[in-house]
Amino acid sequence: MSDTHAQSVAFVRHDSIPPSPPPATQAGAVKWMRENLFSTWLNAAMTIIAVYFIARLVGFAFPWFWNGVWDADTIKECREIVAAAGNTTGACFAVLVDRWDHLLFGFKYPQAEYWRPTLAFVLLIVAILPVLFSNHFPRKMLILTGLYPFIAFWLIWGGSLWVPLFILASIFLTMAVFRAVESMSVSMRTMLAAVVGVLSGLGLAYLLYSGATELWFISDSIGTADAFSTVASLVFKALSVFTYIFFIPMGIFVGYAIFNDAEDGGLVTLVTALAAIYLLLAYALGPVSSAINSIIPIELEAVPSRDMGGYMLSMILGVICVSLSIPLGILLALGRQSNMPLIKGVCVVFIEFIRGVPLITLLFVANVMLAYFMPPQSNFDLILRVIIMITMFSSAYIAEVIRGGLAALPKGQYEAADSLGLNYTQATRLIILPQALKISIPGIVNVAVGLFKDTTLVSVISMFDIVGMIRGPIQQSTDWISIYWEVYLFAAGVFFIVCFSISKYSQWLERQLATDHR
Amino acid sequence: MKKSVLLGALTVAGLAAGAASAGTLEDVQARGKLNCGVTTGVPGFAEPDAEGVWRGFDVAVCRAVAAAVLSDPMAVEFVPTTGKTRFTALASGEIDMLARNTTWTFSRDVDLKFEFTGVNYYDGQGFMVPADLGVSSAKDLDGATVCIQTGTTTELNLADFFRSNNISYEPVPIETGAEAVQQFLAGACDVYTTDASALAAQRAGFENPAAYTVLPEIISKEPLGPLVRHGDNVWGDIVRWTLNALITAEELGVTAGNAKDMAMGTNNPEINRLLGSEGDLGGMLGLDKEWAKRAIMVEGNYGEIFANNIGESTQIGLARGLNAKWTDGGLIYSPPFR
Repeated sequence: MSDTHAQSVAFVRHDSIPPSPPPATQAGAVKWMRENLFSTWLNAAMTIIAVYFIARLVGFAFPWFWNGVWDADTIKECREIVAAAGNTTGACFAVLVDRWDHLLFGFKYPQAEYWRPTLAFVLLIVAILPVLFSNHFPRKMLILTGLYPFIAFWLIWGGSLWVPLFILASIFLTMAVFRAVESMSVSMRTMLAAVVGVLSGLGLAYLLYSGATELWFISDSIGTADAFSTVASLVFKALSVFTYIFFIPMGIFVGYAIFNDAEDGGLVTLVTALAAIYLLLAYALGPVSSAINSIIPIELEAVPSRDMGGYMLSMILGVICVSLSIPLGILLALGRQSNMPLIKGVCVVFIEFIRGVPLITLLFVANVMLAYFMPPQSNFDLILRVIIMITMFSSAYIAEVIRGGLAALPKGQYEAADSLGLNYTQATRLIILPQALKISIPGIVNVAVGLFKDTTLVSVISMFDIVGMIRGPIQQSTDWISIYWEVYLFAAGVFFIVCFSISKYSQWLERQLATDHR
Repeated sequence: MKKSVLLGALTVAGLAAGAASAGTLEDVQARGKLNCGVTTGVPGFAEPDAEGVWRGFDVAVCRAVAAAVLSDPMAVEFVPTTGKTRFTALASGEIDMLARNTTWTFSRDVDLKFEFTGVNYYDGQGFMVPADLGVSSAKDLDGATVCIQTGTTTELNLADFFRSNNISYEPVPIETGAEAVQQFLAGACDVYTTDASALAAQRAGFENPAAYTVLPEIISKEPLGPLVRHGDNVWGDIVRWTLNALITAEELGVTAGNAKDMAMGTNNPEINRLLGSEGDLGGMLGLDKEWAKRAIMVEGNYGEIFANNIGESTQIGLARGLNAKWTDGGLIYSPPFR
């Protein structure tokens, strides 16, 4: 028993003592620093070294930024202004002001038309929003997205409005053809497949035949001057003979394959649709659009591809190539998993070949080599050539990323789709791809960001994208000779903004699509 | 090796295809535009100005040819080429002529199957060093690190020079002039070597030009001139004689300002032949009589073009030196118009 009683206690506290603040070393900035910066002797030392370097860097770079000159006409004038202000260092940001238009649009895009690419850029944002944030925007906005390529083409390249409209119409016509063939009765389709099979067999045989002739010609022109030429010539001769032997069997084989597939209908529908769009674009596009244009002329000043430049060119290449290479990559990935040996073979060879070749080689081929194969006066658009090459390159990479996604799906998913009675298209569209693509998002974004930055490689083949603009006309001009940091920092800045946004978006998207239960 | 054989084969294929088409002159006239290959930018020689209009010493040659052939100095499509793409662009027919600081060498003329149509600038490879390095001759450069542009004749000259003088060096290969200058200024190399004209132009842009000296040695001959493809002599003659017309105009005192008056007829028969008031030299080229007059009236004669683009009054500040006309002790000399 205790001697004390409740009655004898003079003071009873009724409320709890308010918590006292933690010791100074265990709170706020001090605690954070102790935990994160100075937790061990090693960390403390590293922190001090890092702070020293950061301070050096800031001390060096900040005056340079702060004393920057924004208004001068030449690098000399700029340096005089810096010196007159009594500073030892100072950036010449005036070059950005002076050559702003060139950095953004290239030096040959007509100045009066700058509003066109600018409008195209604004519309790009409007068109891309419903795709990126499909839950937050009305689905009807997707119509604008579908029309956007044609609007942007017309705005940037100019010319007659009827050209993009006709291309749009051709696509609808092709879709109609596709639907029509798909919904034909089997007997009708067999008849059609017979005709299409014969025609495409003949077409392929003719193509191979002319290819063989060309190979023979190349072999002859290499000659037999030395041992190596002899070998090279023989290789070409062998290829040529091989093609000569096989052009007829290949034609028959492909023609028969199309005919044979009539019941299922996949090949014949595809080939007919492709033939339709080829005929429309190759033979009807020019005459029809110029005929309409002569009646109702709606034209913008046409700007040739060679005049595109600056950041606009980087954006054009980046946006077009990314948006083309994703669908193409999906097709290639599916093709690589196909059971049909021909399709599988083509996809595997394509992917492995493209992945085995550096992008810069493909660009050189696009720029200089293709010119040899085409008739001297034909002018196959340079940007188009580059777009094709970059798209091929990145689609091969995206195909492999998506193949990874497909491989990661449990086999049960495929079997479940089959057991529901879905055919290949339905199963792929509804079950397989949504899951595979979700897995592939980080990989796809990785390729997309890399691709966007890789577009600067076109500066090597003397196209004036933003880096080409800097390396050529700006650094080598009398006015801004050898200016360096300012312009490259600017280029780095604009690329960083875009790439960082893409990366942030993809992280958000992954969170949105996360359906796993953690 | 493999590449060159393949390229050679393709060149032949391209030439065979090219030969089938009409002559370059007819092509250019039908097109209404001259496709002229230039650099992606060399100060004073070819550069787009702030309005995006190409200007410079090499550009002036293109414009003169366009004026002679098409009567319009602005009817030129300038195709920028790099050191790597320039020859394929010309061989494949993408451009009609190349006016791009290209050194006339045996192999380019003979093996690559081009035809140099004259020399518009006699250059030579020089060295630039920081003044405080205390070097007064290139022969003192033993063990130096040298910044050098890859894929140019300067790279080969440098190796030859150092080998024949038995001194060692360490090359720092660099892609463009601007990068070379940046490396040089940052001290990554002791010496920067390239054509003397480019050295002068780059040095003029330095923050402190006095701190750098150009050594007296010129270690190579770099005759720079416009070139065309083999096999079309009519076109080659036009480019050659347009350049000669500019040079002759300087000798005869014909300028952009007085060409119009002189074309009315003068007492000097050579001027009359040049400007078309006597004889029909233009007809022999397949052009009209006034071709040379138009070429001269674009930017003046050779001397005027030099002075306005790279001469001592410009920022580039090159002296005429070897490029003075022959009567002043230089090498600029044109065969007579007769």
